[in-house]
Amino acid sequence: MQQRLTARNVTLGYDQRVIAEDLSVEIPDNSFTVIVGPNACGKSTLLRALSRMLKPSAGQVLLDGQAIASMPAKKVAKTLGLLPQSSIAPDGITVADLVSRGRYPHQGLLRQWSQHDEQVVAESMAATGVAELSGRAVDELSGGQRQRVWIAMALAQQTPLLLLDEPTTYLDIQHQLDVLDLCAELHENQGRTLVAVLHDLNHAARYATHLIALRGGVVVAEGPPAEVVTAELVEEVFGLRCQIIQDPETGTPLVIPAARKARTGLAA
Amino acid sequence: MTQTTNAKPDGSTASRSRVLRGPGGTALRLEPRALVAGLLLAAVALVMAIVLIGTGDFEIAPWDVVRTLLGEGSPADDFIVNDLRLPRVLVAVLVGAALGMAGAVFQSVSRNPLGSPDLLGFSYGSAVGALAVITLFQGGSAAVAAGAVAGGLLTGAAVYLVAYRQGIHGYRLVLVGIGASAMLLALIQYLLTKAKLVDATRAMVWLTGSLAGRDWSQVWPLLATCAVVFPLVLGQGRALRMMEMGDDAAYALGVGVERTRMLLMAAAIVLTTAASAAAGPISFVALAAPQLARRLTRSSGPNLLAGALMGSVLLLVSDWASQRAFGADQLPVGVVTGLVGGVYLLWLLVSERKAGRI
Repeated sequence: MQQRLTARNVTLGYDQRVIAEDLSVEIPDNSFTVIVGPNACGKSTLLRALSRMLKPSAGQVLLDGQAIASMPAKKVAKTLGLLPQSSIAPDGITVADLVSRGRYPHQGLLRQWSQHDEQVVAESMAATGVAELSGRAVDELSGGQRQRVWIAMALAQQTPLLLLDEPTTYLDIQHQLDVLDLCAELHENQGRTLVAVLHDLNHAARYATHLIALRGGVVVAEGPPAEVVTAELVEEVFGLRCQIIQDPETGTPLVIPAARKARTGLAA
Repeated sequence: MTQTTNAKPDGSTASRSRVLRGPGGTALRLEPRALVAGLLLAAVALVMAIVLIGTGDFEIAPWDVVRTLLGEGSPADDFIVNDLRLPRVLVAVLVGAALGMAGAVFQSVSRNPLGSPDLLGFSYGSAVGALAVITLFQGGSAAVAAGAVAGGLLTGAAVYLVAYRQGIHGYRLVLVGIGASAMLLALIQYLLTKAKLVDATRAMVWLTGSLAGRDWSQVWPLLATCAVVFPLVLGQGRALRMMEMGDDAAYALGVGVERTRMLLMAAAIVLTTAASAAAGPISFVALAAPQLARRLTRSSGPNLLAGALMGSVLLLVSDWASQRAFGADQLPVGVVTGLVGGVYLLWLLVSERKAGRI
């Protein structure tokens, strides 16, 4: 069966530098897909291509069977949302005003704000737990709160597919888990398809329903974390010797890196 | 979603905007403070325009100005108001508005409060065009205006092309613009040193930016340009608002970032050039107007309309002050805007410093 979002034989790169060649990926519908891999493996590049931010020099990204590059921008924005790695909050903007910008693709010059927009914004703020902050200026918030506000904005866009580019970077462990819990809720309760790029393999193994492991622009393995995350794979993808044990909390695979001596012994 | 919001009884969230609903589901989203500020600026511009028409060697009371504009004045007043002073004041209003809006666009696109056409070299481009016509061909005022337009548009295209690298980025744009300014300034100096004395004097007056002796022949092309470009720019205002959050965020929301930016920059260059062609490179209005407007409306966003209105007010006030202090047509208005702009910039630095932002 054809999935809603797929990349077919895409070649990705910036200027002359090719990052991935002839790469094909399918995002299973209603999954929480996490893309993992070492630095510079092309995971963010793949996400940018899936969100049409980066145009493949060959191949195509298909959304609902249509080439995403040839679809009208606003139409794509109603189906596929993206939380970029860094966004700029305009000076002095309030939380409510920022979140309401997520409604942009649903609005027009003469239809700038409906009751429905209002309701969706309120719901998005409630779902991310920032409703109490709605009147505050975004620049006064903590990093964790700010990330929730940006997620609320992406939610207000009401897209069945939501892509997140390293949503947990720069957050402390508590807020990282907060954000991931929120993602899991969105996936489970609202049935959205989520695609995230994450650095932490253990977080990925815990939260993802589908894992894509990239190395050097090539998909090394994909599938449910319980099947994919093995000691061999981690060594192949990250070049890290490790043990895999069962996470005592969730039963998902947990990566325990080998001790320094064992690892340096390998390298010698 | 079990949690309820702290929504107000009418279901609205704590947004600064209010919604104006019309028939057929149309709805405009407005910020009350921005609306009041805009109306206030428009009122000030109107009053200043009337006062300015009455100002000069032959003073006319504001009430008589209004009567004359409505076609009920004495023949002498009619000549002075409608033939001599009204076109000049209209040029001031339009030039101010064009520069204010162009400045708002550039500052928003480059995400930099210094990203104004003055500093990005577009005004210098117009100046080189105009000066070339004055000093090399001794052309008339129409030819000078045409030279300014050509110079401005060429510079705009050149800066855009050089700054373009997989899209336009604010920082690159400002750097390329400053480089272009330096080269064009050198070219201006060269043209001035090569010029005959008469031409050099004329060139200097043009370079300062002046409203003296402007008549209907300057008003019409400027008015036509503004009538086309203003709605175009305002129509892109919402997209520009999204782009202030970064290209990625805007793109994710369905804004055609690169196309919008190119369209808006082209529009702003056309506005700047049209203003330069009509009144010379009037300094600081494009830089100061959007910033002042933003402080007045306290609205995040490009403040396009408020910036334009503020530009008009700035230029009208400057022209009035220059005429009051030095007599009619003694001091070109560009000198006053330069002075006012310098003071403003210092004030901006001091207030930002107090707020701990720099």
